[in-house]
Amino acid sequence: MPPVLRVSGLTKSFVIHAQGGLALPVLRDVSLAVSPGECVALVGPSGAGKSTLLRCLYGNYRADAGSIRVRHRNDHVELAGAEPRVTLDVRRRTLGFVSQFLRVIPRVPAVDVVAEPALRLGATETEARRRAEFLLGVLGIPPHLWSLPPATFSGGEQQRVNIARSLIADYPILLLDEPTAALDAGNRDGVVELINQRRDAGAAIVGIFHDAAVRDAVATRILDVVPPGAQPPGVQP
Amino acid sequence: MPDIPIQEAAYNYAYLDEQTKRMIRRAILKAVAVPGYQVPFGGREMPLPYGWGTGGIQVTAAIIGRDDTLKVIDQGADDTTNAVSIRRFFARVADVATTTRTEEASVIQTRHRVPETPLKEGQILVFQVPIPEPLRMLEPRETETRTLHALSEYGVMQVSLYESIARHGRIAKTYNYPVMVNDRYIMSPSPIPKFDNPKLDRSPALQLYGAGREKRIYAVPPYTPVKSLDFDDHPFEIETWSESCALCGSRESFLDEMIVDDTGKRLFLCSDTDWCQERQGEHQGEQPQEEPAK
Amino acid sequence: MTVRPLLSVRDLTKRFGNRVACRDVAFDLWPGEVLGIVGESGSGKTTLLNCLAGRMTPDTGSVIYDSNASGLVDVHGLSEARRRLLTRTEWGFVNQDAREGLRMGVSAGANIGERLMAIGERHYGEIRRTATDWLGRVEIELDRLDDRPTDFSGGMRQRLQIARNLVSNPWLVFMDEPTGGLDVSVQARILDLLRGLVENLHLSAVLVTHDLGVARLLTHRLMVMQGGRVVEDGLTDQVLDDPQHAYTQMLVSSILPV
Repeated sequence: MPPVLRVSGLTKSFVIHAQGGLALPVLRDVSLAVSPGECVALVGPSGAGKSTLLRCLYGNYRADAGSIRVRHRNDHVELAGAEPRVTLDVRRRTLGFVSQFLRVIPRVPAVDVVAEPALRLGATETEARRRAEFLLGVLGIPPHLWSLPPATFSGGEQQRVNIARSLIADYPILLLDEPTAALDAGNRDGVVELINQRRDAGAAIVGIFHDAAVRDAVATRILDVVPPGAQPPGVQP
Repeated sequence: MPDIPIQEAAYNYAYLDEQTKRMIRRAILKAVAVPGYQVPFGGREMPLPYGWGTGGIQVTAAIIGRDDTLKVIDQGADDTTNAVSIRRFFARVADVATTTRTEEASVIQTRHRVPETPLKEGQILVFQVPIPEPLRMLEPRETETRTLHALSEYGVMQVSLYESIARHGRIAKTYNYPVMVNDRYIMSPSPIPKFDNPKLDRSPALQLYGAGREKRIYAVPPYTPVKSLDFDDHPFEIETWSESCALCGSRESFLDEMIVDDTGKRLFLCSDTDWCQERQGEHQGEQPQEEPAK
Repeated sequence: MTVRPLLSVRDLTKRFGNRVACRDVAFDLWPGEVLGIVGESGSGKTTLLNCLAGRMTPDTGSVIYDSNASGLVDVHGLSEARRRLLTRTEWGFVNQDAREGLRMGVSAGANIGERLMAIGERHYGEIRRTATDWLGRVEIELDRLDDRPTDFSGGMRQRLQIARNLVSNPWLVFMDEPTGGLDVSVQARILDLLRGLVENLHLSAVLVTHDLGVARLLTHRLMVMQGGRVVEDGLTDQVLDDPQHAYTQMLVSSILPV
């Protein structure tokens, strides 16, 4: 299977203007290719830039140089420097992202938070709701919480809502940033199960899994991310 | 310039000087050319206060000639102080014949009514107008109302009718009921009862409207369509009475209600005195209450 | 893609005397996009919004709108009649102060119905039905239909103003600080409402705000203005999470954490 996500020469630094334009290099010349059915686990010390890499792939951080090419609508789309509407369309159909933190929307019930991506892709209200409830159930959110806004949920519950939201749309490419942090063992296994299902169904996955057991359970490959000062840069064919 | 045989030459013919009349005539011509459009004019001080018909008098003065026969009505009556004064005024300053008979008049100056007797070609109806701008109560800025007219943006007028139905269950406006002239301008018909609105539509007579205080003239030329605004499901309707005129028995004219004694006895009378008298002449001796509706 | 921009702005500059309120602004707004314009007071964002919406004439530059009724039109080249028609059919404008966008002297129903009547709707019952429907969609009790906005709270007025604008099914809505001056809880409700309406009606919108939280919740894209210039633009989350320009970094770091 040809890669659906191909990264080459990705470089990223943060320039802090408040500190006289201090530049903090984070990623240097990172390359990576992920095919359907693969799950690449990013490993490296804290501060090595694993999260930054994921965020660059999602378009949340702006790459300074390099290329991020994504298979999207039967075409290859360059995400580095893409117009907002291109990135948005890729996110809507192709690219899912699970972060550690859910950005809560006031007043919207959990089930609707989860169902929204499916609705955007044209699912009917009933269908989207059915799948949302299924995912919330699998992820161990008790039904009496489904109709409540997640703002008051615990950290673990919010995160599971977030995972459900990211998995409902069957994105061909998934980016996972510590999806099992703050989860107890039972819920963690449920999440692992869902990730593996998606992977085996042909999703290309890049993730940060702090928990070694989770990493071993889902990853097909490991990518070392090294801080830019260290040699050699994190390059993996 | 006209000669001035009978007057002591203290006044110009028909009170206004010739330059002023020419200016007013120009405004009238423009108003006739753009039916329903309010034409500003340089209104003059007249020997009576604003609100007593200064606009109408200036229009009448600008169009009247010695061959004319003038009728003046106030709320339909020829014999009220205001009507009598204006009639006398023109008899004196313009040397014209006056009449109370609608069909004999060539110029009829009116306040708040249109005569019941159908008007004919060649007749001119001059309305006294207190507030010429139909949108004024909805939009206080003159610059904005002018723009609304220029662009035919009349949603706000319809809003006021909507509001009336929402509040009263029907369009409660009974006089000064707004009309659309020639499918283009919304116009105030002056405070005539809405009963008279249908008479404006495609009238054979020329209608001239003069507003003295605000110095505006507008017109509806003969046979111009004049449509009263309404909603499809709340169509324009005129008033009807279950009573008939106590004097002439009329059931088809606009009736005034009068309290005639201390016990609250009520009487309905034609507002149009000429119409009423004509009919009394025709039906002399008959008891009005037994008069069948025509 | 065969899709065309809904709004194309080029080289737009507006001066007030010697002061340049906005300079050389250029962007495309695509169908379904919500663009946020952020910056401090005096950065020129409201002037820019007024120039886009045809309420102010720019000194140079063009605003081209892809009109549903008449194809590509130059907003500032249109006759006043056509521009005003456009603004009350295909566009909406939500003012910060609802009193400026409402007729305070007439009922809520009349406020919502005005656009319909302005484009020729003459069936009272139909207008009322539509107005009632919209009252529900902006979460105002239906029995308030005949009440005047003078009797409404600030939040209700703002929701009424939104309904009054959206009743004609506009394609493009301009919003000037739509939640400014309202209590936080009232804000949240309006934001949520706007978010849902924009999503469900596939509206495009240009939103001026100084509140980055509002921008994050409602917009897809951001333009950051400083001193009349656009100093940074991009995806909303990218601009807020990875600000490049010194001014944007300052703005983002000035938000009080909750």
